[in-house]
Amino acid sequence: MTAEAIEVGREDRRHTATPRWLRSTAYWAYQYKRTWRGSLTTSFLYPVLYLAAIGLALGSLIDKHVGSVGGVHYLDFLAPGMLAATAMQVGGNEAMYPVMGAIKWLRTYFAMLATPLTVLDVLLGHLTWIALRLSMVSAIYLAVMAVFGTVHSLLAIMALPAAVLTGLAFSAPIAAFAATQTNDTGFSLIYRLGMIPLFLFSGTFFPISQLPGWLQVIARFTPLYHGVALCRGLVLDRLQLWPDLAHGAYLLALAVLGIGIALRTYRRRLIT
Amino acid sequence: MNARHDEPLVSARGLTKHFGSAVAVDGVDFEIARGEAYGFLGPNGAGKTSTMRMIACMSPLSGGSLSVLGLDPASHGPEIRSRIGLVPQEDTLDLELTVLDNLLIYGRYFDLPRKVIRERAEKLLEFTQLTDRARDKVEPLSGGMKRRLTIARSLVSDPELLILDEPTTGLDPQARHLVWDRLYRLKQQGVTLIVTTHYMDEAEQLCDRLAVMDRGRFAAEGSPRDLISRYATREVLELRFGDDEPADVVGQLDGLVERTEALPDRLLLYTDDGDETLAQVHRLGMAHESALVRRSTLEDVFLHLTGRTLVD
Repeated sequence: MTAEAIEVGREDRRHTATPRWLRSTAYWAYQYKRTWRGSLTTSFLYPVLYLAAIGLALGSLIDKHVGSVGGVHYLDFLAPGMLAATAMQVGGNEAMYPVMGAIKWLRTYFAMLATPLTVLDVLLGHLTWIALRLSMVSAIYLAVMAVFGTVHSLLAIMALPAAVLTGLAFSAPIAAFAATQTNDTGFSLIYRLGMIPLFLFSGTFFPISQLPGWLQVIARFTPLYHGVALCRGLVLDRLQLWPDLAHGAYLLALAVLGIGIALRTYRRRLIT
Repeated sequence: MNARHDEPLVSARGLTKHFGSAVAVDGVDFEIARGEAYGFLGPNGAGKTSTMRMIACMSPLSGGSLSVLGLDPASHGPEIRSRIGLVPQEDTLDLELTVLDNLLIYGRYFDLPRKVIRERAEKLLEFTQLTDRARDKVEPLSGGMKRRLTIARSLVSDPELLILDEPTTGLDPQARHLVWDRLYRLKQQGVTLIVTTHYMDEAEQLCDRLAVMDRGRFAAEGSPRDLISRYATREVLELRFGDDEPADVVGQLDGLVERTEALPDRLLLYTDDGDETLAQVHRLGMAHESALVRRSTLEDVFLHLTGRTLVD
């Protein structure tokens, strides 16, 4: 390095003060620049396809034969549930392969840890990025929902943070798990035994009152059930203070607990 | 600047690292001065990388004390790391990003203004001869280019101390030469360097002082010249034999030189006058296939101290 370059740096070194964890978020944003077109197209197509095929087509059959589901048209019932389920999928996906890659393949976390960033910065920065991704996906979903005419109240805007929280309730514990894995076989277990059953049985497609009693009890303990219920209450403007506070508190607790565990598993894996 | 100029930049007392019951670094003491180029030599598993990672504040100590830039790594890790550069043994480049982007994003971790990062990145790409590849992805680059990029990246933060763990291992001679030349220039500019390497000749040229590590301990420490005069003779006579094992013929040379070393393929005779010793061998009528007289090197020091060659 030449003397001039060094001089330029010393003068400006302390001018900006970005929190350290946000600097690691910047990395993920940088990475995303390569793939944002495809990613955003998918985020747009996914709700269009689901809401058209299941919400409109299947929904018209259901409406004709059943009358209504949960007191509303099937499309109105389905859309907020799908919003939460999509947040679960995005939140889960973003905490699986990207986390493993940052440890094993690209070793990005190790590059960061050679700089002023700490394990906490690396973890919070990544989760912040996931929260941003969840915001993008949920905002697009809500926009598509509006076009399909399923947004009836201004309160629906609050479904965006609710969906982000739903996603993070999955991201944080899954990131904690991913940091303990040496290969990706555990991820397919999460899909098969976790995310797919939740997707189908947590009240996204039908009220859980349709389930046998014992399954209803199990369903009430799953995080997606709470995410679906919260998003649905907000979009349909049918909030009930205590149940909905409980949904939010459950999701928040899961996210915070996940962060706590992830901090441990990250430290164990990254600091030797 | 926190460290006073007469204080050592790095200072270790009884530095120890365990992994479970395995001892990687077994209580070593050393001091490294500002502006010095300091090398760790040793076979794989000697504890070099563990020592480097502790100095780089990436690995907590198991025992002893360590001060880097006058600060304690346990309490001031981020501050210390903001002032040092690390070239780890395995590259941690982002293969999917471009060469330039790898530098730009790395500079962001140090919270440097974008303008500063960009200016430095351009200069560093020039310095490491990667300017032509700035817009290319990292993945297809050669090993030597990736290594140079890792070095360029470690310099984005304008570090006072640069830590390089085997910067040239696995590179072809030409690529190696370029890396060592750049390190030499950094040293001229006053950057303190800590290096591990397998290449003795290069360590000899670059490093002011060297530590020879073996099984977690220092077998010796000193300047290259100092180590050679302490642990080796001025010259070495290398004898190769056709059919005989070097170990079998050692007996015939009793008393001829102070010390011999029987390697699988050749016999080393340590002497102050190689030609004279060779003449004596001839006088003894000892049959050998070839003979070579050369100056002693660090390789000989290493062999003497550890009983092993460095690169197996």
